[in-house]
Amino acid sequence: MLGTNLDHIELASALEKAISENENVMVCCGRMGPMCLPVYDIMENLEDKYENVKFFDMEFDIPDAGVIRNLPECSNFYGLPFTVYYKNGKVVKATSSIQNKQEVTAILNSEFGKPE
Amino acid sequence: MKKFDTIIIGAGPAGLTAGIYLARAKKSVLIVDQGAAGGQMVLTHKIANYPGVLEISGYELANNMKKQAKSFGCKIYSSSKITKMDILGKEKFIQIDGEDEFSADSVIIATGGEPRSLGLDSEKKFKGKGISYCATCDGDFFQDQDIIVVGGGNSALEEAVSLTKYAKSVTIVHQFDHFQGYEHAIREANDHPKINIILEHEVDEFLGDESLTSVRIRSNKNGSTQVLNATGAFIFIGYIPRTDHFKGILDINDRGEIIVDADLRINVIGVFAAGDVVTKKYRQVTTAVSDGTVAALSVMEYLNTK
Repeated sequence: MLGTNLDHIELASALEKAISENENVMVCCGRMGPMCLPVYDIMENLEDKYENVKFFDMEFDIPDAGVIRNLPECSNFYGLPFTVYYKNGKVVKATSSIQNKQEVTAILNSEFGKPE
Repeated sequence: MKKFDTIIIGAGPAGLTAGIYLARAKKSVLIVDQGAAGGQMVLTHKIANYPGVLEISGYELANNMKKQAKSFGCKIYSSSKITKMDILGKEKFIQIDGEDEFSADSVIIATGGEPRSLGLDSEKKFKGKGISYCATCDGDFFQDQDIIVVGGGNSALEEAVSLTKYAKSVTIVHQFDHFQGYEHAIREANDHPKINIILEHEVDEFLGDESLTSVRIRSNKNGSTQVLNATGAFIFIGYIPRTDHFKGILDINDRGEIIVDADLRINVIGVFAAGDVVTKKYRQVTTAVSDGTVAALSVMEYLNTK
């Protein structure tokens, strides 16, 4: 389990449940490394602001993370973390490697709507 | 608008240390950082030369400092961009993320440094799709592949050697005719059978479609170009002080570092600077912590006498 303050997903079935029960979901799949930590920090900072989005992390090296690693949207990814955005159970956006707050909020706003 | 005694810009070891000292002295402190708290310290896998701590990960040490600063009452805004700032007057002012506004009687600038990028459009295009800045994070994606490392300092040389665990070949591309790293690091890279070295060349463009497939490099001697097959490129070309916000406002030298006196005062009353952003020779976690202490004590003296 990753040592972040985010909700963790540890099983593929838990991810299935999360994206079926929530309209908007952001999952950051990575390690406790320098490219991943800033993205977790951004997500922790945005959790209160984006009440319409559920934020999760997932450890990249657990077997069930194949549900993220093997997504067609991540087939050309060569940098951690793999960050995936789901709307109504479908992948609407995926990014590879470190992202800054502006990049993350731009995606959240365009895919899930800007908070009031 | 909420007012603090001190606003600290930067939450690396210098900024967090200054926050700990000031908050413990009952000063109200706001710490703002555009990235995660901890600064470049979180990029360090293991720290074994921090006195009193046998060995600790950079993330853990950063997290401890952050918790300590919060426990004394520091308010920390991480991943937050400063969108407006006026630190020249008696009352200092900042706006964060275009929304929250704060003022203070004093400011400590501890913005640290950031990895230097090549500045090519194609570098942005292939970030995470072949281009990486962290061998530990992404090395294992390049099992049995041909990759390049750009740079010629200790980081480039050491990471090139570490990448040989995964890659079929590692080509180091460096702009000068010699490396800047330590002798032992140069020797290890030179002697490694999987490492090729191309000196006096710079990256001209990263090439590929969905992901990186090759890199065009240009000779600094005669301008000729050649294309290297490479599905990965790791860039380690040093750090630059993060002083963009302060150019034209503060005294900054030609290396982009803020000029300070022995008490870390700068050319603006009530503003101090600490850590990797100031002009100095050695940059370590311990020197940043030292700077944070000095800056905090100088701020206390300033606040008590102003």
